[in-house]
Amino acid sequence: MTPPSSIQDRVDAALPPSADPLALIDPDGHPTGTAVLDMPPDQVLRALHRQMVIGRRLDTQATALTRQGRLAVYPSSRGQEACQVGAVLALREQDWLFPTYRDTVAVLTRSVAPAEALSLLRGEWHCGYDPNVCRVAPQCTPLATNALHAVGFARAAQLKHQDQAALVLVGDGATSEGDTHEALNFAGVWQAPVVFLIQNNGYAISVPLAKQTAAPALAYRGVGYGVRSMLIDGNDAAAVFATVRAALGRAAAGRGPTLIEAVTYRVEAHTNADDAARYRSAAEVEGWLARDPLRRLETYLCDRGLLNAAALAQISAAAEQQAAQVREAMSGEVDQDPAELFAHVYAQPTPALAAQREFLLAEIAGEGDRP
Amino acid sequence: MIRTLEQGLAEAGSEQIFSERTGLVPLATRPALTMVAALNAALADALDTDPRVLVFGEDVGTLGGVFRVTDGLAARFGEERVFDTPLAEAGIIGTAIGMAMNGLVPVVEMQFDAFAYPAFEQVTSHLAKLRNRTRGRLGLPIVVRIPYGGGIGGVEHHSDASEAYYVHTPGLRVVTPGGPADAYHLLRQSIACADPVIFLEPKLRYWSKEPIPADPGPAIDRAVVRRAGRDVTLIAYGAMVGTAMQAAEAAAADEGWDVEVVDLRSLSPFDDATVAGSVRRTGRAVVVHEAAGFGGYGAEVAARLTEQCFHYLEAPILRVTGFDIPYPPPVLERHHLPGVDRILDAIARLQWDDRA
Repeated sequence: MTPPSSIQDRVDAALPPSADPLALIDPDGHPTGTAVLDMPPDQVLRALHRQMVIGRRLDTQATALTRQGRLAVYPSSRGQEACQVGAVLALREQDWLFPTYRDTVAVLTRSVAPAEALSLLRGEWHCGYDPNVCRVAPQCTPLATNALHAVGFARAAQLKHQDQAALVLVGDGATSEGDTHEALNFAGVWQAPVVFLIQNNGYAISVPLAKQTAAPALAYRGVGYGVRSMLIDGNDAAAVFATVRAALGRAAAGRGPTLIEAVTYRVEAHTNADDAARYRSAAEVEGWLARDPLRRLETYLCDRGLLNAAALAQISAAAEQQAAQVREAMSGEVDQDPAELFAHVYAQPTPALAAQREFLLAEIAGEGDRP
Repeated sequence: MIRTLEQGLAEAGSEQIFSERTGLVPLATRPALTMVAALNAALADALDTDPRVLVFGEDVGTLGGVFRVTDGLAARFGEERVFDTPLAEAGIIGTAIGMAMNGLVPVVEMQFDAFAYPAFEQVTSHLAKLRNRTRGRLGLPIVVRIPYGGGIGGVEHHSDASEAYYVHTPGLRVVTPGGPADAYHLLRQSIACADPVIFLEPKLRYWSKEPIPADPGPAIDRAVVRRAGRDVTLIAYGAMVGTAMQAAEAAAADEGWDVEVVDLRSLSPFDDATVAGSVRRTGRAVVVHEAAGFGGYGAEVAARLTEQCFHYLEAPILRVTGFDIPYPPPVLERHHLPGVDRILDAIARLQWDDRA
């Protein structure tokens, strides 16, 4: 019932991850020359860069919208663009993404409409998009629970002999949750076509990684479950893309799941409602800003003549245009039909819910009547 | 020949959820079966008629389940349809959710009531809510089978009546059969249902026996009057249906009371029409369940009936329930579980002397 993985694949799955995070482009924008990963083609690197510029602009826009009261809350992924964009562009059309609340940029990169993607954080509806359209599961708030959904989804693809894989995003904090461990174990036993991407951004709200685990790296989580494990530089979009792409290909070919720990940093606070100064120093943040994923790729591309000022200006203009569209989409009043509350609790409304719906509508209709 | 999933999907040619009560008649005429055998037959017939159906959980494959409910299914349908999982309940329900998102219909087993608790987050935060969260775009036609309740001498953690945890979660259907015939049809209906169903199997009645009629009977969300009577309504579900029936016979023989017994079947949604209809006819009601009374399901039933039937009532609605204690050790469980005498005593307290 489980496709036979080769002995080499099984051996790979038992190996610890690399001691240091793998990178293709170093923080200064120079190629590392590693032979372990394949440098993506130039046009892929340009696409990664363009989406990262747009993603960062939309992330900044969303944070700004919280200050204007247009969004209830926004968990920024600023500084994590290489992960969000690199992983999503690595997906094939038929694959599914299982994101968390911090992965709005990933969801947008998959081309979910911004107004639909932000519906959750606007307080409009729990999931504003149709998951089937872009093959993106609802953004998941309960930590690590989406990892099991991804494994089950991948298992179904395997049982149906469909060429399809699942990519699940989790954070460093989520790796302490039991569901992460159960998901890795089920994925290993079933050899399910699933890829786990841990975005290790250093903090679970305020709790630093050192209080989360005693392991040398989160990537070691996979070894005990027979899941191939890799440790990469999460601020190197080329490395993220190359690693996730290869892992998805292996998974879909029946060669087993992969766990990838991508080391990155959450530049902003947990959300707009959080005060990061209470638990980390400005110097620490400065150090990570020097490792900025966007500037790294931009330097690499400019050095190689694949980008210039004119191209950058065009990309920037495209990002501004999309940000303006988001502002426009968020400018109207939120207008939800209260009757919707009862519409999708069950496939068919129960008599009791139909009665509660009538009660609420009558109450609303009578609101003006009371003195 | 074993039908592979791929082949079966091509045969079915549709990802649509079967409408309720379509094609759910038993595939064979069956003589008297135990509830275990009836559940086994329902799973086999569902696997046979719907290629999207999968059965998995702990020990359900080679062993056939600790209660043998899945006996022989792995051999008959193959390990792609019926299989053992790692021992992790959140993992079982969490992966079932992902499978349902990808078009399959998982029927999963939690080995015992209290062993389902590790899956509580997946049940309450996802299983119950995904349809609502996605405005109907992703439904989860999943059945979670849970052997539940006491009375079989189980040691600690093997006898919980855990229904109240589930009925308090909108989006879930919670059903429980009282006997083998209903076990067959209710499970078929649950598997065909587009909503997630918590299917509680009363362990105490696993070895009770009766024929399985071809008629599927009432829909998944309907209660049934198991015994008609004029004087008082006993409202019960699961294992307590049998106990209530015994009490009704004893009441007729010993006291001359004509007792009506309503088997709820569906704890959520609640069939107000059938139950309130009965109580309006009799004017007296006793709710019976083995779970603790405080904050229990009987409180909801009593409250609803009071709201709907107040002017028909001759006496307050009483509850006969387990005590408000952790489930007792086997040598003491007979004191905890409602029995015929305790039910008769409750009926006796229904202010009969006030009758004009």
